[in-house]
Amino acid sequence: MLNYDLVVVGGGPAGMAAALKAKENGIDSIIVLERAETLGGILEQCIHTGFGLHYFGEELSGPEYAGRFMKMLEGTDIDVKVDTMVLDVADDNVVTAVNKKDGLLKIQAKAVVLAMGCRERPRGALSIAGSRCSGIMTAGTAQKYVNIDGYMPGHEVVILGSGDIGLIMARRMTLEGAKVKMVCELMPYSGGLTRNIVQCLDDFGIPLKLSCTVVATHGKDRLEGVTIAKVDERLQPIPGTEEYVSCDTLMLSVGLIPENELSKNSGLQLDNITNGPRVDEYRETEHAGVFACGNVLQVHDLVDYVTEESQIAGLGAAKFIKGEKVTGECVYTKGINGVRYIVPQRINHDTDADVKLYFRVGAVFNNAKIIVECDGKEILSKKKVKLCPGEMEYVTLKQSVIKELPVNAEITVRVEA
Amino acid sequence: MENRELVCVACPLGCPITVTFDADGNVATITGNTCKRGDAYARTEVTNPTRMLTTTVKVEGGKSYVVPVKSANPIPKGMMMECMKVINEASVKAPVNIGDVVIENILGTGVDIIATNYAD
Ligand SMILES: Cc1cc2nc3c(=O)[nH]c(=O)nc-3n(C[C@H](O)[C@H](O)[C@H](O)COP(=O)(O)OP(=O)(O)OC[C@H]3O[C@@H](n4cnc5c(N)ncnc54)[C@H](O)[C@@H]3O)c2cc1C
Ligand code: SF4
Repeated sequence: MLNYDLVVVGGGPAGMAAALKAKENGIDSIIVLERAETLGGILEQCIHTGFGLHYFGEELSGPEYAGRFMKMLEGTDIDVKVDTMVLDVADDNVVTAVNKKDGLLKIQAKAVVLAMGCRERPRGALSIAGSRCSGIMTAGTAQKYVNIDGYMPGHEVVILGSGDIGLIMARRMTLEGAKVKMVCELMPYSGGLTRNIVQCLDDFGIPLKLSCTVVATHGKDRLEGVTIAKVDERLQPIPGTEEYVSCDTLMLSVGLIPENELSKNSGLQLDNITNGPRVDEYRETEHAGVFACGNVLQVHDLVDYVTEESQIAGLGAAKFIKGEKVTGECVYTKGINGVRYIVPQRINHDTDADVKLYFRVGAVFNNAKIIVECDGKEILSKKKVKLCPGEMEYVTLKQSVIKELPVNAEITVRVEA
Repeated sequence: MENRELVCVACPLGCPITVTFDADGNVATITGNTCKRGDAYARTEVTNPTRMLTTTVKVEGGKSYVVPVKSANPIPKGMMMECMKVINEASVKAPVNIGDVVIENILGTGVDIIATNYAD
């Protein structure tokens, strides 16, 4: 059995930032375990720019952003094992992993950071009639084909779902000479960032069809076309609105799911909405010494926020290892009236710093107010010109305000339109 | 001239920006941006719109098939497809480093195409 103070599961931006932050805070023995061949996570295939504006004040591509953290890691004595798959995180913080060189590895850790990222919702999550012909794939898979393998998966494309990866791929495929016919979105609003609609669709004249879905796929060996239809308020296809669109490729960009098999197997309860573990203000899960950050905790749209969150987790893990972390009675957070969820789900009453509450709204709101309350009393409010589900928001609770709240109190966050 | 409603694409926040013009058609006011970059973006967007171009270039003699590249600075929006043609005809020899210039001064724009990842 190996011994480490901190074991980080996953070497994407989340894992790297958490490891570095823990190091900065005096933790000596740290190891990062990554199942892929290289560090960097999903950023390796995100070759477009837009990463790092908040964190580095520069517009970087995914690999450049990841590259900066890899460089910083190289400058430390943090151990890294790539091609290493973590199989289990047990109650006593024993991490089991496997790779070709060492075989089965057992590592006793004082603290563990879960940073496994997320994956895309596959086709099975949708109910589209039609045979299993080739040419249907998630947008992320297509992104890997084009950007890593240098291979064009199709020439006439329909994209279902207006998540950011789908939007980015609409532009990418167009630049490479494909005809992207349309992006269909089930909801009456896009799930992606506005800037991506502008520079990935509008710039190239690609139509975005809202309240529209794919009801059937056609083709035997290779996809030949899809049938699209408008949907009503209950998101059901409206008979008579069907339309045939010829295409050889259907890309799905219908959402991301945190990769939490490990967390579930280790007995962690997942939040119904985020599908990630429930955490406190330092991103400590319900298991002592097990932290979570990045897309495994909640799906982020900006890697800059992933980094910020992971630094919080790294700092929390460092405090835990040094026996300095506050753990005790809590106050609890809850999103209501338009606010879908809040991370963190609980805050230690005697916490040692201000706490940012991150959340997403369930619909588009203009000129709205975010209101934070406890026991019917307003603690905080913040005006927003625009709120949309595609963008994560936050409010900051002062440590002094938290201290004044009764123990076990419930803090609610809601939108007033 | 009418006002122009834009969405700033200079960073992922996507601030809504309104540009007003004076009688001569020059920019009079820019509102809605929350930082200086937004002001600069709106000014170029209504005069000479530009975009960052990101794509890949073929790699020869290495393990990687392609290496990601970007324009070192934004290029005129209308020239993106032409630049793509040039880039798709080019290739680089492994190893490639982040920041290596892959194509100098593409189509006379004064902008270099540079590698954004390692390739060996
Ligand atoms: C296809 C796709 C495209 C995206 N595009 C963008 C984008 O353009 N811009 C943006 O800001 N965000 C994008 N995102 C969101 C993006 O994931 C985050 O910005 C950021 O990469 C999340 O960082 P992370 O470290 O939490 O997750 P990841 O980058 O996914 O890293 C998680 C790492 O954990 C490893 N791992 C998982 N399970 C195990 C295990 N059991 N053992 C060992 N290692 C494991 C994985 O191999 C991976 O390297 C995209 C996400 C996906 C899925
Ligand atoms: S104005 Fe500034 S903050 Fe707003 S989108 Fe543009 S660059 Fe980002």
